[in-house]
Amino acid sequence: MTIDRRPLTEQIRRNGPPPTLCEYEDRGGYAAIRTMLTEMTPEEVQREVTDSNLRGRGGAGFPTGKKWSFVPMGDDAPRPKYLVVNADEMEPGSFKDRVLLEGHPHQLIEGIIIAAYAIQAECAYIFIRWAYRRSALALERAIREARESGLLGHDLLGSGFNLTVHVHTSAGRYICGEETALLNALEGHPVIPRAKPPYPQVSGLWGKPTIVQNVETLCNLPHILAHGAEWYRGLGKGKDSGTKLYAVSGRVNRPGVWELPIGTTVREILEHHAGGMQEGYAFRAMQPGGGSTAFLTDAHLDMAMDFESLSSVGSRLGTGTAIILDDRTCPVGFVRNLEHFFAQESCGWCTPCRDGLPWVERLLAALDSGDGRPQDMDILERHVTFLGPGRTYCAHAPGAMEPLKSALEHFRSDFDRHIDERGCPWAKTGTDE
Amino acid sequence: MSHSKDIRSMLSEHEKDMINEELSHYPTKRAGAVEALMIVQRQRGWISDDLLLAVADHVDMAPAELDRSATFYNLIFRQPVGRHLVLVCNSVTCWLMGADRLRERLRSRFGIDAGETSADSRITVLPNVCLGACDRAPAVLIDETLHGPLTADELDRLLDSSLSETLP
Repeated sequence: MTIDRRPLTEQIRRNGPPPTLCEYEDRGGYAAIRTMLTEMTPEEVQREVTDSNLRGRGGAGFPTGKKWSFVPMGDDAPRPKYLVVNADEMEPGSFKDRVLLEGHPHQLIEGIIIAAYAIQAECAYIFIRWAYRRSALALERAIREARESGLLGHDLLGSGFNLTVHVHTSAGRYICGEETALLNALEGHPVIPRAKPPYPQVSGLWGKPTIVQNVETLCNLPHILAHGAEWYRGLGKGKDSGTKLYAVSGRVNRPGVWELPIGTTVREILEHHAGGMQEGYAFRAMQPGGGSTAFLTDAHLDMAMDFESLSSVGSRLGTGTAIILDDRTCPVGFVRNLEHFFAQESCGWCTPCRDGLPWVERLLAALDSGDGRPQDMDILERHVTFLGPGRTYCAHAPGAMEPLKSALEHFRSDFDRHIDERGCPWAKTGTDE
Repeated sequence: MSHSKDIRSMLSEHEKDMINEELSHYPTKRAGAVEALMIVQRQRGWISDDLLLAVADHVDMAPAELDRSATFYNLIFRQPVGRHLVLVCNSVTCWLMGADRLRERLRSRFGIDAGETSADSRITVLPNVCLGACDRAPAVLIDETLHGPLTADELDRLLDSSLSETLP
C-alpha cells in the first residue's frame, strides 16, 4: 500500500467544490468511524490518539489525548457533554483552517464524530467567524448530507451513540478564539475569558464537560484512526507527529498553504514551497506562526518548524502560518500594525491589556510619525514585562508582547533611527513600487 | 421608545421563523441572540433601537444586555450602513502588500474614509481584521464575497460591476 503523505489536503480541489459525501466515502471517508462505532470503546479511541502524539494545531500545541483525559467518563459523568470546534480563525497571517473548512467539510465532520465519541459528547457546535461565510455554507451542506445518511443525529449507524452538530456564526471579535471567552460567546454572555480552574473539560459550556478543539486538529483524527498511531507518528520529521498545514504570506513568489511533514525546515518552506523572495525584496525576518509569535531571523532558517525547536529559540510554532518581513518594509510599522490589532481586539476585561496595549500602540505611532523620544524605548520594554505571561487574565496581551519583545531585540537600531531621524526612514523612499 | 406590543410586531414572521430555528439549537435563548441580530441585520441592513428592543424581547434579554453584545461585535451595525459593504483587511500582511492604496482609492472615488458611508448611501467602507486570505493580499470582502489580491485599478473595476449589479 502506498502511504499518502498529504492525508488532510489530498482530496481538496484547488478551484472546485469540496468532495460530496459519496465522493468522500468512495475514497475511504467515514470508514474509520464505521469501525470505531462497532469495534472500539471510547477509551480505545482516546488511547490511539494519545499514542499518536497529536498536538493541538490552533496555536498552543497541547496534546489532544491528554486534553481528552480530563473529561469525566462513565455513567456518573455530568451530561450533556459538549464538543466545540474553534473555527474562529482570526490571528493575523493565519488562513489554514479556511482551506480545510471550504475544501473538505466532511473530513472535519468525521473528525468531530471521532472526538465526540471519544469523550461521549452528544452535542457539537462549530463556532465560525462571520467572514467565513463560504465555509459556513459548505459545512451546513455537509452536515445535512451526513444527517440524511445516518452519520449524524440519533443512534449513529445503529451504534446507540447520538450526536447533533450545529454551526454557530459569530460576529467578529478575535477574543472569541480564546478557549473560555469562546464558551461565554457561545452562551450569549459578555465575551471575556473565564478563570481557570475549573477547566472546560470539567466545567465548560453551560457548566458541563466540554472540549474546545481547533479545525486542523480534528481533521487529523480520521487518518489516525484509519491508519493507526504508529503510521501517524511516522509522518513527522522530528519529535512531533503527523503533517502540518504550513503557510507563507508577504513578499514571496508563491504565497500559499502546503501540507508537509511537521518538522520541515523554515528554509524548505520559504524557498522551495513559497518560491523564495520576490525580485527586489530581501528576507529580513519572519513570524513563524501568526501575529502573536516572536520573530525569527536568517540565523533560524535551518530550524525545524515544530513545537520544540521554535520554543527553544523563544518563538512558537503557533498556527504554522508565517508572515515575512522584507527589507523594504519598516519593522516598526510592521509591529505598529500588529499592536493596533491587539489593542483593538482586547476585550477590556483586565487592566494591563485594556490600557497597556493602546499605550504601546500610541508609542509606536509616535515613533512612526517622528515624535518618538529616547525614553519611549524604556516604556516599551516595561510593557513587555508588565503585559507578559502571568500578569493578565488570558494569553491575549502576552501574545501581543511576543512580537514587540523580539522586535526590540532584533530591530533596536531601526527603532533608534526613528527617534534620531525624527520619522520613519522607510517613508522617505516608499515601501513599494 | 415604542410600546411593547408594537415592538413585537416589528419582526416579520420570516425573521421570527429563522430566529426560532437558531434558538432551537441551544438550551437557552440568549445563546442565539447574536445570530438573531445577524438574521435581522441581513434583512434590514442595520440594527435600529427599535429592532434591538424587538430582538431583546424575542430572546428574553434585557435590551441593555443585548446592546452590550451588539456593540461588542465588530460586524453588528448599530447605525445605518450603505447598500453595499466593503471590508478592507487592515492586518499585517495586507498592510505590507499595499492595502493602504486600496483605501486611498476608495477615499478618492467615494470621498469616504474607512468607517464612513457615502452621501448617497450606496457604499460603506469598513476596516476589518485579518480576513484569513493572506495568500491573496491585499484582500477585501465586498458584500460577503472575498476578492484578492487587488490593485487599486482592479478594485475600481470590481466595484463598477458589484455596485451596479444589484441596483434597480
